[in-house]
Amino acid sequence: MSNKIDNEVLSASPNKSMQRVQASLARRYAKERRFRRMGISAVITGLLFLSLLFGSIISNGYTAFWQTYIQIEVHFDAEMLDPQGQRSPEALSAANYGGLVKRSLRQMFPQVKKRSDKRKLYHLVSSGAAFQLREMVMNNPQLIGSTALIWVAADDDVDMLMKGHINRHKPEADRRMKDQQISWVDELLQQGRIEQRFNTTFFTAGDSREPELAGIRGAVMGSIFTLLITLALSLPIGVAAALYLEEFAPTNRLTDLIEVNINNLAAVPSIVFGLLGLAVFIGFFGMPRSVPIVGGLVLTLMTLPTIIIASRAALKSVPPSIREAALGIGASRMQTVFHHVLPQALPGMLTGTIIGMAQALGETAPLLMIGMVAFIVDIPGNVMDPSTALPVQIYLWADSPERAFAERTSAAIMVLLAFLITMNTLAVLLRKKFERRW
Amino acid sequence: MQTNTLYNSSATQPDNCINIQSSIASDDCHTVGNTSVKNPRMNCRNVDVFYADKQAINQVTLDIGRNEVIAMIGPSGCGKSTFLRCLNRMNDTIDSCRISGEILLDGQNIYDKRQDVVPLRAQVGMVFQKPNPFPKSIYENVAYGPRIHGLTSTKSDLDIIVESSLNRAGLWDEVKDRLNQPGTGLSGGQQQRLCIARTIAVGPEVILMDEPCSALDPIATAKIEELIDELHEEYTIVIVTHSMQQAARVSQRTAYFHLGNLIEVGETNQIFSNPRHKLTEDYITGRFG
Repeated sequence: MSNKIDNEVLSASPNKSMQRVQASLARRYAKERRFRRMGISAVITGLLFLSLLFGSIISNGYTAFWQTYIQIEVHFDAEMLDPQGQRSPEALSAANYGGLVKRSLRQMFPQVKKRSDKRKLYHLVSSGAAFQLREMVMNNPQLIGSTALIWVAADDDVDMLMKGHINRHKPEADRRMKDQQISWVDELLQQGRIEQRFNTTFFTAGDSREPELAGIRGAVMGSIFTLLITLALSLPIGVAAALYLEEFAPTNRLTDLIEVNINNLAAVPSIVFGLLGLAVFIGFFGMPRSVPIVGGLVLTLMTLPTIIIASRAALKSVPPSIREAALGIGASRMQTVFHHVLPQALPGMLTGTIIGMAQALGETAPLLMIGMVAFIVDIPGNVMDPSTALPVQIYLWADSPERAFAERTSAAIMVLLAFLITMNTLAVLLRKKFERRW
Repeated sequence: MQTNTLYNSSATQPDNCINIQSSIASDDCHTVGNTSVKNPRMNCRNVDVFYADKQAINQVTLDIGRNEVIAMIGPSGCGKSTFLRCLNRMNDTIDSCRISGEILLDGQNIYDKRQDVVPLRAQVGMVFQKPNPFPKSIYENVAYGPRIHGLTSTKSDLDIIVESSLNRAGLWDEVKDRLNQPGTGLSGGQQQRLCIARTIAVGPEVILMDEPCSALDPIATAKIEELIDELHEEYTIVIVTHSMQQAARVSQRTAYFHLGNLIEVGETNQIFSNPRHKLTEDYITGRFG
């Protein structure tokens, strides 16, 4: 049977076989077109989801970069701030600046008389206004006795109203801003006493319970300190381990076992590293909680496998002829590795390190375990200060009920993404720059 | 100066190496021709090489004379490159490789425990099949060896070594104006001469060449062959080649390897005009290989 078919095929005239080729050609091209269409549709789907992600984050978050400010007329009453007239820093620091703000507001709206209405009035301005005034007076005590027009941050509810996140057509009971407050805001608007400005607080302040006072500086500094520790530990250890395993260690059972284990570690969930860090660094070595140094150590454990694997791949890609050339003129193994192999592998190693660092930057779970999830207002000044990290800050804000924190969450995500994109671009540029043609 | 006057003992005639299919493990496979020379640079005695369990070289005994070019020929996989790499212990880098027997350089066993491979490789330099300059400047390529061995103390001394090495490799006139350009930017033949210059710069006694022309065009090959001819006045050269014409052109003695055995060794003229072993004759007349 099969013989018959064979004979048929073999005995086909050249003309006939060309026909068959033509027939199959159409099928082959159709297959290719189908495959290409599938690829393109996959890429388009990916891009669609990416733009959806970016679109939703940016449309939610871009308003957080602006903040509503209210202009108030403040009389720095000497009687109220410093009745003894000592002008001592202690006295000035402890003075009642909140009362100053409240008095200014009362003067602006003299018709408000009822106690509960007054309280509503005071809510227009952020509680941070008092701190702002205090700072001004502390820096320049001569202000006492004078009157000045000062822009202070509006309360987050006013901010949300201005940004249209509070719907004034809803029934009064369903919204955070009451009719009375809205009318005051409208009045201030008419007087030109309300303005939207670039939100510098967001980039210069630490965390706060008040959205208008909350910033990401503390989280960014915490992330930077944590990553510095991670980089300082994982790069040398990872590169040294890769160099030893790839260039010096004999291939035997033990090194095979080590290799398998490194690959396994790369796949261990990060929260497990967090638990390990909690048990070892905090539990056993008694290091403090919530500090970047412990965060850095934990993220080092998590990043090491990535760096070792990337570094080994980079070392493997260095052509053996370079090693032979160096050994052949009498370079020692150490000289061969450090003079010739390492410089060739370094771009690949750095790329792997940056990718590992980007991964560490976005890591939340292990930091939760070691207490970097605390509410910390102060901006950390060194690796031993309690702090949070950017992704943890995002997690904390995403949990907060205030509408203003929702946009700040998205803004913080944007900052995190900007860092990630910068780091990954750097990795690509490094590879491009140092890539060598053989 | 012909090498046949150096022979000092007569050949032994084997009769059991004829079967080319036979395993190489047979110990009683003797080499045809005279393996020893007077006042040799290197002596190899009963060298066996194993890769894990596989034997690659079987009981090779061979002397390498002073200032001679000895060519090693044979079909692919016959062990000639493996043998060459034993001469400066390049096989040490392969974990599974084991070597027994003795290889003496100027009477010293290079596989002795006290022998340091670093000075050995400075004495026995190597040029590889594929030109492999370092991805550095031409100058740095040549200067690297003298620098790591501390051969010079001043920059001007180093300049002199670089110039003379490039001169002897016949490359100076072509590169003297672009010493700071990368060595990888040269043509294949120039790269190979750069590698030879790099080897010479360390001041070796023996230069091993592993098919140095197999990646080069005929003109570049001719230049390298000319160079080998000039260099053998100062250095002992061991060259592995697939080209029998090349072996005939450049070498004074030729060794024919087959399946890990050294089948026949002798004066090049004699090997090519009047081979004494059946396998050698079959190979050089092109019946297999």
